Amino acid sequence: MVDVRDVHFAIDGRPIFAGLNVRVRRGLITAVMGPSGTGKTTLLRLITGQLAADSGQVMVFGRDIDALSSSQVYAIRRRMGMLFQNGALLTDISVFENVAFPVREHTDLPESLIRKLVLTKLEAVGLRGAAELMPAELSGGMARRVALARAIVMDPEVLLYDEPFVGLDPISLGVILRLIKHLNEVLGITSIVVSHDVQELASIADETYLISGGCVVASGTPQELARSDSETVHQFMTGSEDGPVRFHYPAPDYASQLLGADEG
Amino acid sequence: MSNGARHGPVAEFVRKAGVMGIFFVRLLIACGPALARPRLIVAQIFNAGGRSLIIIMLSGLFTGMVLGLLGQDVLQRFGAETALGIIAALALVKELGPVLTALLFAGRAGTSLCSEIGLMRATEQLTAMEVMAVDPMSYVAAPRFIGGVIAMPLLVAIFDVIGLYGAQLMGVQFLGVDRGTFWSQMQSAVGMRDVTEGIVKSLVFGVVLSLIAVNEGYHSEPTAEGVGLATTRTVVVSSVLTLFLDYVLTAVFL
Repeated sequence: MVDVRDVHFAIDGRPIFAGLNVRVRRGLITAVMGPSGTGKTTLLRLITGQLAADSGQVMVFGRDIDALSSSQVYAIRRRMGMLFQNGALLTDISVFENVAFPVREHTDLPESLIRKLVLTKLEAVGLRGAAELMPAELSGGMARRVALARAIVMDPEVLLYDEPFVGLDPISLGVILRLIKHLNEVLGITSIVVSHDVQELASIADETYLISGGCVVASGTPQELARSDSETVHQFMTGSEDGPVRFHYPAPDYASQLLGADEG
Repeated sequence: MSNGARHGPVAEFVRKAGVMGIFFVRLLIACGPALARPRLIVAQIFNAGGRSLIIIMLSGLFTGMVLGLLGQDVLQRFGAETALGIIAALALVKELGPVLTALLFAGRAGTSLCSEIGLMRATEQLTAMEVMAVDPMSYVAAPRFIGGVIAMPLLVAIFDVIGLYGAQLMGVQFLGVDRGTFWSQMQSAVGMRDVTEGIVKSLVFGVVLSLIAVNEGYHSEPTAEGVGLATTRTVVVSSVLTLFLDYVLTAVFL
């Protein structure tokens, strides 16, 4: 479905990926985990064709997305949905219009049908009653559910989730978690979830990739990862401070910097 | 972005000009699909034009009144108060109307265009559109550009008319210049060429100022600070460029 092959990518000379391989199979929930700053969001941007890999291939629906013209990329994007971290709802139109937006842009469906379609999707995320609200009146969790309704309104084959759990209260988090699972099971949507919330992801993911230092350091089912004896994997899964991934940003020696503070 | 910073300010200027040039071409191409969404364009004409109306009308009135006062005072020293209509009309139609409207437009509409687009960028709304296979150039940028281009000449026309009323109010109603001579002198002295100059200027300012505002917003850094900086740049660049272009166009029309 989505196949990232040996991708190298750098921003301003700073390497983000060095030989990344991720394979997403149809109908499964694939989790991509990793510490902050490992380029998880960048991976999603490569998959949607907003960024182009420096080398390697990003195959989406069997086609190399970097080799396509922009109209072909747009055609592929219509088969994908993406949930953004903050929802990214259009702030100048209502909840209803936000969900209706892709439908209005890409189809000539009559108004009555659009209305039914939008209300169905809003009902699926439990926010049919909020249709007439403006995005500014929603809580963070509600905004993300509206964004989810918008992402599925065109019945995509692949759904990309960018940090769907960040900043949610436990109830909203549970709701989003169940929705991801539900959409995957009921609609058969292939899902790619990028996140660093290990426990939440482990409960729903079929396959897990752990990214660190520009490439995949471990992959497999969440259970396999939990049993892994690799130090990086262990540190990440248990959230300990000590390990291969350092808590401290590189700095000169602590003691000598404090004691020598009067130099300047 | 950071590539330019390593070179000197000249290279940075050339790079920015290049970015804006390419953006302008993309914008013009995006105008095609944007024209198929007349509702968006009408909304933006209201946003850029309708919401600037009160400030434009007030400014026009006071500018005209000053012209009436000053013109009458200066001209009566030479016994030439009858020329007040000519002075007021030429000054407003050729220079003050387009220039002052453009400066006010930069402060009122330009900033709102720029910050709105910048905030849409910062909150990932533009990215979301791209992922939904909707081109933000033709959905967000182009309608605002077209709206600004259409609104500017209309605002200039309104500024001119109100300004003339203000000059007439001071000169004729309060200071006693003859009403008949005021209007007839104006009619005989102001030619089509003068009006054309005003229209050309207003069109040029409309294109340039809308382009600057949309370009700055579209390319602003997606942070609160970045949007603020972009908005400030919009006003500064717009104002300086307005006065510079006004000089060039005046020289061309002489």
